[in-house]
Amino acid sequence: MNWQPAAELDVIRQRARVYSQVRSFFNTRGCLEVDTPLLMPTTSTDINIASISVAGNNRVRYLQTSPEYAMKRLLATGSGSIFQICHAFRQGEAGRLHNPEFSLLEWYRCGYDYHALMDEIELLITTLSLSRCSFSRISYRELFRQSLQLDIEAALLEELREQCSQQVPGTDASGLDRDQCLDLLLAMAIAPGLQGYLFVYDYPISQAALARANPNDSSVAERFELFHNGIELANGFSELTDAAQQRARFEQDNQARLERRLPQLEIDERLLAALEAGLEDCAGVALGLDRLLMILLDLDSIDQVLTFRD
Amino acid sequence: MASYSTNEFRSGLKIMIDGDPCAIIENEFVKPGKGQAFNRVRIRNLKTGRVLDKTFKSGESVDAADVIDTEMQYLYSDGEFWHFMDPQTYEQQAADAAAVGDAGQWLKAQDSCEVTLYNGSPISVTPPNFVELEITDTDPGLKGDTAQGGTKPATLETGAVVKVPLFLEIGEVVRVDTRSGEYMSRVKK
Repeated sequence: MNWQPAAELDVIRQRARVYSQVRSFFNTRGCLEVDTPLLMPTTSTDINIASISVAGNNRVRYLQTSPEYAMKRLLATGSGSIFQICHAFRQGEAGRLHNPEFSLLEWYRCGYDYHALMDEIELLITTLSLSRCSFSRISYRELFRQSLQLDIEAALLEELREQCSQQVPGTDASGLDRDQCLDLLLAMAIAPGLQGYLFVYDYPISQAALARANPNDSSVAERFELFHNGIELANGFSELTDAAQQRARFEQDNQARLERRLPQLEIDERLLAALEAGLEDCAGVALGLDRLLMILLDLDSIDQVLTFRD
Repeated sequence: MASYSTNEFRSGLKIMIDGDPCAIIENEFVKPGKGQAFNRVRIRNLKTGRVLDKTFKSGESVDAADVIDTEMQYLYSDGEFWHFMDPQTYEQQAADAAAVGDAGQWLKAQDSCEVTLYNGSPISVTPPNFVELEITDTDPGLKGDTAQGGTKPATLETGAVVKVPLFLEIGEVVRVDTRSGEYMSRVKK
């Protein structure tokens, strides 16, 4: 019977060290630590995220895929900047870099935009790192231009599919839509060649999630992701605060779910009511703590940092 | 026909790709946090032995390949087919040159080997990792030259040619690693 932890004891100690440093980092910077439920009656409508549902007491509830909705309800009550260390759950995600249950650090900064938040992430990671680190930033569109000589704005769907088959041999791209092509190219053709810490920002508006549109260019959203040597580590936005726009995106998600024969999900009316009541301008980010530990300790599989495996 | 979803993918699983039976060697789950999930899979075509990469959208299903590996005894070759027998059922199978491939040069009557059956017929044959075979032809041995390096070609009873140390003679038995085709040691009779 294999009852022992998946991670070495030293890794477990390093996790404690990182959590303690994260807490003191935010405490000294005026961020309030919060705790929100893992089990809630609604969940993310995102078409690419599958929630784990839990039946009980005659109603279904969901293990949260991120604490985003609950934390925004706190922000709308006037909590000011907040952070949380918690577990999150995603159905079917398992592999070298994925586990269905994983650890997140999520925080929201009132008055920040996404670039100011990127600055703070740099500071946090520098504080936690045992060695020096350097960061760079590139827009999503420019990254495709530099890596693949591809202008994603101008490219037709057929050209994107052709790029997929060329760049990633063995891919039948005929059934992929525009965003699926971009996902495939970024994940399999571009990311493996990225070095060091790199912020990719201004994602296509079709991949905005809960980010606001860039006021200077409505074709992109103020969303960013942080990569380290091609591994995705964090995802953040300047938050969308407009309740009507947020409702429209939830409804679009459910429409897309219908087309893909995915379950329809109830929209989180409490989040929308909170946005209605007023959410001040803020930026937020979720950072994968298991992957951060892998990077800090130079390990190459998430199994090596999980205390116990599924 | 049975099928497998990408979340059942694991190494060793036998699936149909482009009409051929294949075995999964490696399976990697790739997913941008807010994007489409994919499975990047490395597979071996069991008919040709070729290794190739394939991408699937996670959640897709692929037909299972009706492939089984069986331990069989090699009987004889009639020049066109190699004949094998299941030692439990005494059922016989005939494999053609394409299925036997390089394995043919290591097969000695009565030896057992692994025969891969696809829809009930052999598509590949894997010899044991080590075989012991008699030398049927080689240059005369150099007496006393047992320590020094240096090799010469020797033909074995099955027709395979391997490099052996200079001191070995016709009639001696050698142990060979069939994966590399390398001589391992002399076998005392």
